[in-house]
Amino acid sequence: MYVAVKGGERAIDAAHDWLDRARRGPPDQPALDSAQIRDQLSIGTARVMAEGSLYDPDLAALAIKQARGDMIEAIFLIRAYRTTLPRFGASLPVDTAAMQVKRRISATFKDAPGGQILGPTFDYTHRLLDFRLMADGELPADPPALPEAAPDQVPHILSFLNRDGLIEDAPADDAAPPDLTREPLELPADRPLRLQALARGDEGFLLGLAYSTQRGYARNHAFVGELRIGTVAVEMDIPELGFSIDLGEVELTECETVNQFKGSKTEPAQFTRGYGLTFGQTERKAIAMALVDRALRWRELGEDDQGAPAQDQEFVLSHCDNIQATGFLEHIKLPHYVDFQAELELVRRLRAGTADAAKEAAE
Amino acid sequence: MTDQAYNFAYLDEDTKRMIRRAILKGLAVPGYQVPFASREMPMPYGWGTGGVQVTAATLRPDDVLKVLDQGADDTTNAVSIRKFFQRTASVATTESTGGATVIQTRHRIPETPLTEDQILVYQVPIPEPMRFLEPRETETRRIHALADYGLMQVRLYEDIARHGEIATSYAYPVEVAGRYVMDPSPIPKFDNPKMSDCPAIQLFGAGREQRIYAVPPYTQVVSLDFDDHPFVASKAEHECAICGSGDSYLDEVITDDAGGRMFVCSDTDYCARRAEGGAA
Repeated sequence: MYVAVKGGERAIDAAHDWLDRARRGPPDQPALDSAQIRDQLSIGTARVMAEGSLYDPDLAALAIKQARGDMIEAIFLIRAYRTTLPRFGASLPVDTAAMQVKRRISATFKDAPGGQILGPTFDYTHRLLDFRLMADGELPADPPALPEAAPDQVPHILSFLNRDGLIEDAPADDAAPPDLTREPLELPADRPLRLQALARGDEGFLLGLAYSTQRGYARNHAFVGELRIGTVAVEMDIPELGFSIDLGEVELTECETVNQFKGSKTEPAQFTRGYGLTFGQTERKAIAMALVDRALRWRELGEDDQGAPAQDQEFVLSHCDNIQATGFLEHIKLPHYVDFQAELELVRRLRAGTADAAKEAAE
Repeated sequence: MTDQAYNFAYLDEDTKRMIRRAILKGLAVPGYQVPFASREMPMPYGWGTGGVQVTAATLRPDDVLKVLDQGADDTTNAVSIRKFFQRTASVATTESTGGATVIQTRHRIPETPLTEDQILVYQVPIPEPMRFLEPRETETRRIHALADYGLMQVRLYEDIARHGEIATSYAYPVEVAGRYVMDPSPIPKFDNPKMSDCPAIQLFGAGREQRIYAVPPYTQVVSLDFDDHPFVASKAEHECAICGSGDSYLDEVITDDAGGRMFVCSDTDYCARRAEGGAA
């Protein structure tokens, strides 16, 4: 007979207990130290910081540990924590031209002032499993010395094109950008707001959209004018002091693309720009962001609406947040039996109606 | 036991003030969807973050909170949300509809009539009643501004042409105070008539979609229909197997693997009260 659905509370507690033990794994193995995650899974940590919109490698590592390696769950933990933090003010814009670069490449010029610096990249590795890492994975005892730090000022490569007017100008703008985390998203969104949404958008979603532009859905062929990864100082104006102070530094990835040109009989042809900026070493995300940014600028640049997904800001901005997406997707696991019951009654009634009609028709 | 690490009812006071402003605007313009800067909550979007934020902004320390999901107080997510407010606001909680001052609900309106001293908070997944006819927010906002609801009338008409009746059984669209067409959240259409002329304040929170809307007390809420196809609040044609009620909304429960089934009240508080009081 009918068993009442009691005991939800006990079931939840038991499930959480099981979850804790599953996360810990076999107790005869050493527990993961979150410092190991921070330092040895640093690209994962960077993704959690970028999409969690909070620069804190220690907390990102903790979130990855607590989430059992589920990156979107880890990002969610960081977002839910971040939203409780008081906001004291805004930093000055970071100066990426003054970045202490550890990687800086250009696909458009063989060499340029500042040089090409490959840095710690997978780009030219052969993707062969390195079984030594399964044993101990210790590095050779006598590694080659790391290069000396790059010079303090590495100029942006696109600034050389800009000098000749070959690329659209990107003048500095002192207007305070809107803040997605404090104001509801209103459409249409201007470029600063779009860039903010893309910066915290899902890497996989942006990758797919960016890829679609490369395959012809709003193609605007992109060259990576420059990709740089490194640390920049974060400064804040303190009104009481009357000058700005250094709060610390953050690692950033910045991607500037050079895209196909605009121009007409009267206006000289000019390359256009796409821009990506993300926390940590997250270059796939930064490049994808730049391509999607460029695709979303079609109206401003006088291009045609090709009906491509990457051109549609309402489509992109409404669906790029993985915390919103996963929440709504997964909520269909929750009980819906009241709605389903209503549908069940409706379908039964409609079926009865059809049967009656068929009978009448037969007679 | 309040968790001292967080403010009363979790949200900081500035956020609550922002949400209260949205609620007041919603009450002033019944049925209008007010955009608000929804926060990430410690439970996922889709689990009732909009309702939780509205409840958090509404709760006072002396409130008595009831949380139900699918009509029941003991479903897992209702338990989880109730625990959240016990922990962060240490408010008293109850399963009794009559004993609560704030009721957060998902997918049902309690069978017991509400009073002027109560606030009913709905969790809303998709606040836009026109969304499945027009996916663009920029366009649906225009539709509401101009009260250009012809698209909805056409849809309802097409249902009748195809099926002989309006084939919407839950989240059945309503018109509020003669102006805005509103999504009542995914309650069964059986519950729609309870919204109209209700003495309680009805608040709707959609966290992921960043919208709050409201129905003030004693406001007319009309389910959309046609003169020759009037709205019918339907339910299963049975009586509750536990309390015998013939006019409460029923859940169908499969009892064996031979297709046996029984019908019981979806509102567990209502059913338990009737069974105890021998009302059956």
